[in-house]
Amino acid sequence: MTRYFKLLLVQLRVSAAAGMAYRADFLLEGVMALAWMGLTLLPIKVLFDGRGSVAGWDEPSAYLVIAFFMAVRAVMEGVVSPSFVDLVERIRSGAFDYVLLKPVDAQAIVSASRFEPWKTFDLLGGIALAIYAFTLRGAPPAVADLALALLMFVAGLFAMYSLWILCAAASFWVVRLDNLTYLLGAIFDTARWPVQVFRGIWRFVFTFVIPVAVMTTYPAMALLGRLGMRTALVTIGGAILLLVFSRLVWRAAIRSYTSASS
Amino acid sequence: MSLSRTLRALPTLLRVGVAETVAYRAEFLVWILTTTLPLVMLGLWSSVAAEAPFRGYTSAGFTAYYLSTLIVRNLTGSWVAWQVSEEIRLGAMSMRLLRPLHPYVAFASSHVAAIPFRTVVALPIAVILLVSSGASALTTEPLQLAMIIPSLILAWVITFNVMFMLGAIGFFVTKTMALLNLYFGMFSLFSGYLLPIDLLPWVLRKAAEVMPFRFMLSSPVELMTIPLDAADVATILFGQLAWAIVTLLLALWVWNRGIKRFEAVGG
Repeated sequence: MTRYFKLLLVQLRVSAAAGMAYRADFLLEGVMALAWMGLTLLPIKVLFDGRGSVAGWDEPSAYLVIAFFMAVRAVMEGVVSPSFVDLVERIRSGAFDYVLLKPVDAQAIVSASRFEPWKTFDLLGGIALAIYAFTLRGAPPAVADLALALLMFVAGLFAMYSLWILCAAASFWVVRLDNLTYLLGAIFDTARWPVQVFRGIWRFVFTFVIPVAVMTTYPAMALLGRLGMRTALVTIGGAILLLVFSRLVWRAAIRSYTSASS
Repeated sequence: MSLSRTLRALPTLLRVGVAETVAYRAEFLVWILTTTLPLVMLGLWSSVAAEAPFRGYTSAGFTAYYLSTLIVRNLTGSWVAWQVSEEIRLGAMSMRLLRPLHPYVAFASSHVAAIPFRTVVALPIAVILLVSSGASALTTEPLQLAMIIPSLILAWVITFNVMFMLGAIGFFVTKTMALLNLYFGMFSLFSGYLLPIDLLPWVLRKAAEVMPFRFMLSSPVELMTIPLDAADVATILFGQLAWAIVTLLLALWVWNRGIKRFEAVGG
């Protein structure tokens, strides 16, 4: 276990060093992160200037959903999707052979092989937005709610990670899959609104098929103390199941890997 | 680079363009599928308008607006900036410069050739639009209907010019990606892509009126969805025409300045 932790630290350090090589970019990315935050918030601002609530969500609680959206997106664009692009490239070029030769689990290496350090800005933006939402509400969240929200957030991250591992496993069979990154990103865009906004079939899809609701709406509801214990437990169970399932598919995929290099 | 020679080359260029589109059809499809922002926005606003109309927009009105946006974006969107800056960065531009044909024409014809394919994608959206929001939220004015195609063509030209110019900035700076991100942010905000321009806060609305972005997207959408009188239609089309000319001159100016300092990386 400590070996994996050390490995993670090394990979993090290498990526941070690579990122710091472009210091001007770092500043630019920070400014861009702020600009995108503004663009994400604008429709909500316009909406609540003319209306008190939508689908049971008022202005501060809608901000909380967006805060979790920004945090999950920071993890997705900061770790998961760069590592995925890296993996697809390795499979295509045959360099994945070397990953398999290393004396650690291949999934551990490819899951965090590359970081985009400047995505930390998005994470900080999300936290700042959440704090702002609670100053608007005038009362801080209860400690128990905060703990549950963090737990739900982690469950959401697991769900997202499992989806990506499934895609990664698919790329052993179908090599050209880097476009999938954009597609998943585009679907995840729907997570910026509370899932109750969507009706009928779409709410079902976003809750159960592609569980974007789990990643942002449920943590926000937990933070507000509105999430039922049963939903919370089912969500955590579902996330763990998905994680196990993706692990099994990944192992099956590894077995069918036929190197591209030799 | 005489005009007649360029004209003679056009049929071949278009044929090559069609072949390219067919070869990269999967990439095309994914590119189109990832254009989901209007649908995400539609999800929010149709829910809002279902409770009560929002500042004049009914649920059907929002559906009509955002699906029209999706159609216009699919037909007029352009990726020429990425092509131009990549070719500059990798040195492939040198080959293009050897040909007796202006790269503007070459890129433009390859983009024009992609339009039939993009129409095939836009058509189902148009059908969904007609069925779901009915004719109620769409225009039936003959003048407006007649002007939709010219407005779309002008929107395409303005978008292409702006993107060509952004690509040509690659002659001066190596990292054009950040610039393109910035452009897309401005475009989303001021073109009506994110929100209808009349819903924007006052300051942003005023800013949108003097910028070229609304003529790239909002103009054709307005012609499709909002009842306008003849004077408004004329204002929109003349605005588009003026920006088409201005952006063409700007694009060619940046191109000519850049070409002088091109050092053919990679060779």
